[in-house]
Amino acid sequence: MSLGSWLTRHAQNALGALGTLSRNPVATALTVTVIGIALALPAALGVLVESGRSLAGGWADVRDFSVYLAPGVALDRAESLAGELRAKPGVASVRLIPAETAAAELGKDPGFAGAMAALESNPLPHTLVVRPQDSLDGESLEALGAEVRGAPGVDLVKLDLQWVERLNALLDFLRRLGLMIGGLLIAAVIIVVGNTIRLDIQNRSAEIEVAKLLGATDAFVRRPFLYLGLWYGILGGLVAVLLLLTGLWALGGPIARLAGLYGSSFELGGASGSSVLAVLAGGVLAGWGGAWMAVSRHLAAIQPKVD
Amino acid sequence: MIRFDNVTKRYDGAREALKGVSFQVAPGELAFITGRSGAGKSTVLKLIALIEHPTRGTVTVDGRNLGKLPDRDIPAHRQQIGMVFQDNKLLGDRSAYENVALPLIINGTGEREIGRRVRAALDQVGLLDRERYPPRALSAGEQQRLGIARAIVSRPKVLIADEPTGNLDPDLALEVMGLFRRLNEVGTTMLIATHDLHLVERFGSRRIILAAGQIEGGTGAQAA
Repeated sequence: MSLGSWLTRHAQNALGALGTLSRNPVATALTVTVIGIALALPAALGVLVESGRSLAGGWADVRDFSVYLAPGVALDRAESLAGELRAKPGVASVRLIPAETAAAELGKDPGFAGAMAALESNPLPHTLVVRPQDSLDGESLEALGAEVRGAPGVDLVKLDLQWVERLNALLDFLRRLGLMIGGLLIAAVIIVVGNTIRLDIQNRSAEIEVAKLLGATDAFVRRPFLYLGLWYGILGGLVAVLLLLTGLWALGGPIARLAGLYGSSFELGGASGSSVLAVLAGGVLAGWGGAWMAVSRHLAAIQPKVD
Repeated sequence: MIRFDNVTKRYDGAREALKGVSFQVAPGELAFITGRSGAGKSTVLKLIALIEHPTRGTVTVDGRNLGKLPDRDIPAHRQQIGMVFQDNKLLGDRSAYENVALPLIINGTGEREIGRRVRAALDQVGLLDRERYPPRALSAGEQQRLGIARAIVSRPKVLIADEPTGNLDPDLALEVMGLFRRLNEVGTTMLIATHDLHLVERFGSRRIILAAGQIEGGTGAQAA
């Protein structure tokens, strides 16, 4: 067979499969919608997890900890302590906030301006803001905090990582849940497509039998059904993308407002190009896989019969 | 061209449909295989088309021992054989043209060549003006001729037909048999299974007579 004939056959099979779908618009719409919903759910969970991750990742300064020096510690001592801390492994940077600077900044705050003006002396200590390296895990961070706490002249170390760790643990849980649900729903798509193709194979068993009788190869008989599965996957993927984009558009505003009321800047991220491609690719693979499963199981059972 | 050597076929849990049958059909020959219902005529054709495999013995077509043919080569073997069935096995949702084009689509013939050969085959069976009709819009005789057009469109070396006139009235049966004769005259080897002895006698071709799975007689046929 020439390349031209081969391409023509494939194009005919692809268009023929699309024609088969268009001749049964209601059944096709139902199947495609089910596939679309099944693909959209894990994709939506993925977007949620990624949004949460960017929220946590965007708060790098939440890992910073404040080191309050004891009242009366001189600025020279604060500067030398800052140098000592900078030399410690795991410390990315140390910023010194002199007591005077802290008082001046507090004085600018309308809520504290009056109180600060009424004070005869500055009650604030010199403060060091320590930023640990990103690679430092929670345990090492606690150890670093304890070490700093024991340094001469240090009054108080404020270190609060627990809630970030909880958020990350929750996001990990959601990511795994998403993978599990995604896996199950992809399996469901494969089964839905496989079952739909099985019914189509049954409906066309006479045609398949005649084709085999006339010398059709397995590949020839299989091809239209694989294209059918492919179209189900592509159309289901497009429906999933549509549902995802619609859902993000509809829920993005209310979620951002709700988060704002709790003082958070959390926003649902948009569906990235790679997410959209992943959903479409998932649809194609599941559609093709379901069709392959069905034809592998059922086509071999149809053999030519002559009465 | 077609050779049966001591072929026995036993279906699962049933009696032997063929018992030690041996015969051959020479290249370019037109032979009839006759006998009552259940004599084993259809089984002979099924073995040639590899729809069934012999329990014992050897079937050879065009020099190839079908028993040694790997499964992957069965489609190619069937593509080289034209088959006509009593029930035609036409696709009801396709036009006459599409039905006849199917063997050519299967063997990968180019579009332009398909159009040319399908119309030639339809012309040969007198159905060129019916190419857009679905089989249900054709008479029984026309459907049978359509089945023949599909069988000859890929220019097979061998054509086998199972009771091709079984559903036809005598005039139509003669017409179809005349068509077979014309095809045979251009070199196609033919084996036609029929129980219509009067029709066979009118054509005077070689006859292989089967009875209860064994060769009972006939010119040129030999029992094992």
